[in-house]
Amino acid sequence: MKILVPVKRVIDYNVKVRVKADESSVELANVKMSINPFDEIAVEEAIRLKEKGVASEVVVVTIGVKKSEDVLRTALAMGADRAILIEAADDVHTDIEPLAVAKLLAKVAEAEAPDLILAGKQAIDNDMNATGQMLGALLGWGQATSASALDITDGVARVTREVDGGLQVVDVNMPAIVTCDLRLNEPRYASLPNIMKAKKKPLTATTAADYGVDITPRLTVVKTVEPAARAAGEIVGSVEELKAKLKEAGVV
Amino acid sequence: MSQTSNETDAPLRESMDYDVVIVGAGPSGLSAAIRLKQLDPSLEVVVLEKGSEVGAHILSGAVLDPIGLDRLIPDWKEKSAPIKTAVTEDHFLFLTDKRSVRIPNWPMPKLMSNHGNYIVSMGNLCRWLAEQAEELGVEIFPGMAASELVMEGDRVAGVVAGEFGREADGSIGANYEAGMELRGKYVLLGEGVRGSLSKVVMEKFNLSDGLDPQKFGLGMKEIWEIDPAKHKEGTVQHTMGWPLGSNAGGGSFLYHIENNQVYVGFVVHLNYKNPYLSPYMEFQRFKHHPVVADLLEGGKRVAYGARAISEGGLQSLPKLTFPGGALLGCSAGMVNVPRIKGNHNAMLSGIAAAEAAAVAISEGREGDELSDYEIAVRDGDIGDDLKKVRNVKPLWAKWGALASTVLGGFDMWTNFLFGLSVFGTLKHGENDAQAIGEAKDYAEITYPKPDGILSFDRLTNVSFAATNHEESQPCHLKLADPSVPITVNLAKYAEPAQRYCPAGVYEVVEKAGVPEFVINFQNCVHCKTCDIKDPSQNITWTTPQGGDGPNYPNM
Repeated sequence: MKILVPVKRVIDYNVKVRVKADESSVELANVKMSINPFDEIAVEEAIRLKEKGVASEVVVVTIGVKKSEDVLRTALAMGADRAILIEAADDVHTDIEPLAVAKLLAKVAEAEAPDLILAGKQAIDNDMNATGQMLGALLGWGQATSASALDITDGVARVTREVDGGLQVVDVNMPAIVTCDLRLNEPRYASLPNIMKAKKKPLTATTAADYGVDITPRLTVVKTVEPAARAAGEIVGSVEELKAKLKEAGVV
Repeated sequence: MSQTSNETDAPLRESMDYDVVIVGAGPSGLSAAIRLKQLDPSLEVVVLEKGSEVGAHILSGAVLDPIGLDRLIPDWKEKSAPIKTAVTEDHFLFLTDKRSVRIPNWPMPKLMSNHGNYIVSMGNLCRWLAEQAEELGVEIFPGMAASELVMEGDRVAGVVAGEFGREADGSIGANYEAGMELRGKYVLLGEGVRGSLSKVVMEKFNLSDGLDPQKFGLGMKEIWEIDPAKHKEGTVQHTMGWPLGSNAGGGSFLYHIENNQVYVGFVVHLNYKNPYLSPYMEFQRFKHHPVVADLLEGGKRVAYGARAISEGGLQSLPKLTFPGGALLGCSAGMVNVPRIKGNHNAMLSGIAAAEAAAVAISEGREGDELSDYEIAVRDGDIGDDLKKVRNVKPLWAKWGALASTVLGGFDMWTNFLFGLSVFGTLKHGENDAQAIGEAKDYAEITYPKPDGILSFDRLTNVSFAATNHEESQPCHLKLADPSVPITVNLAKYAEPAQRYCPAGVYEVVEKAGVPEFVINFQNCVHCKTCDIKDPSQNITWTTPQGGDGPNYPNM
């Protein structure tokens, strides 16, 4: 069984995100970037399936600037077998929209013919939560999103999904797309010896044009603004005072 | 790769042999790596960096004297080095609480001039240097903390790096990775000020015997994006005086770099006596002075960080070599205090160490002392640079800011003109930990509350260092005796760790009426001040897991 894992290079979760002075987007120059945490979980799950003997090959793919190669190397160091880079932008500020990403991934899926695509449920930069679903539609495959557990037997993926108020278990026939949630696993560290070995693993560099996919943006960003600053709080001395303040504010 | 045994409970760890192992992807380490490959492309060179990426832990002013870079990569302009802002104006102010007096440039010795220097982000310059190094075939591994030395007899033979996944109690967790031994014919330590391995090496090989103690400062820096109308790219401004006054040595820097950004920084010499002093709050207060407030008004603070600075100069410069390796840059301490610069010497030292190591390896040597490096530093440009200014810091410590400016300026002139000093070479005296006085002899200092516009509380600012540490790991700030913070430091010195730490790592909290010492190591920005200033010298800074710590942008 072959697993394809799309990964995205995003602004690191530790970074204090800042809007660019011209309000066109958030500042990404000189900002620490890393693999999208949900994608890292997808890579880990794929590797575990390989270690269990369920999968035979794990292929990772990313779409973005040349530098996105870094997240592929991370995935290879974790244990993926080979990687595909699709260069689709020169400037890190250029957002490749979910539909364009899904179309490119559909082409990759046609060429690679994986049995399972494991993706992150969403990227932490723009939180679209759309690519996996669009890809499912384009390929005509079954899909299960927000997986917190995954079990594969006889061509069927049993996926436990985190839904409002509880868990839902669904069976999806393969080939299928499963997007991964936070509690699916805890990714391993990319160890130094494995990072060294990963440098020798195969990485194919391609461009969006090679796949004949139009990635021209369909959406226009009007403006990017920071959330309004929260007003300063106040410490009250007693319940009575709290009640008085709430009344004063007209909330009770 | 081969496997070697390990004395601990950990599984076997792998080992890899190199010609030269370099710890720290800063200006000294990267310069050494580049020079080694320039001299002999067949050399196997590896650089380990504890930051999540190159530049993530680099914090510097910085006004760069390009002497080192010119020598390393003469065509740096053609190779698009991120050096765009030449210094065009250079102001030196003495502040009182409301006013400022500009000290004219003409009585300043020539060595103080910033003509021909550049305002740079050293973080960005290191990122660029790393690209140059990788193009030459240097292997750079960021996110890998070198946590231990590998000894072979009485020589340093390598380091252990990349151990991950220990639990808070030190036991081995589910995702444990053993780390790896990286062995080299020579190991170059470019960890920066108060490096954790450098400290071990200096003690093990008695490198500071008979010398003055190393002296330090704490530098804090914010990056501000300001109103373009007020921005004057290329302007450099330094101040002394208010708010520190006679409480401590130090002062501020303010550099207008490209993109409407200014670097605002404040340095407090760590030989201050009053345990109630808070370097961080002095910095915050400073920004309310009219010369700064007017400039920053309407602007936005976009990043914050802090780092200790070595200030001892020549009198404190340890022996630089030991069997199997050498100390580079500020692992030894090569800052020129009155020039407020060290990056040029860091780069020159990396180049010199690389040249000595390349010759040694070509002669078939390994594991011995690179004495040619020591000679090159002391008799070359670095020694020359530091010698002329060797008395400025001791004069400052003795006479205070204003008098020492005059005396120090006079001393630098005589050194410059005649190559000698009427003072000879002055001594530093005690170390910075010993300098602190007892709480009973000092008044508490009440600092104005930060307004959230120009000044910020410490924890808000720390969030702008983007620092993070995996919580389920052993605390990397080790106490030799866990009772000392309360029994000694609190009782005698009102536990100054609560105030000297620029990241709010240390707290004393009351639990059921009993004071308890708390270490919030997740906040640490790797400045090393606690390792320096703790009056009981009870805190040892060790490396946390690789990749942890601040994520500085263009610092």
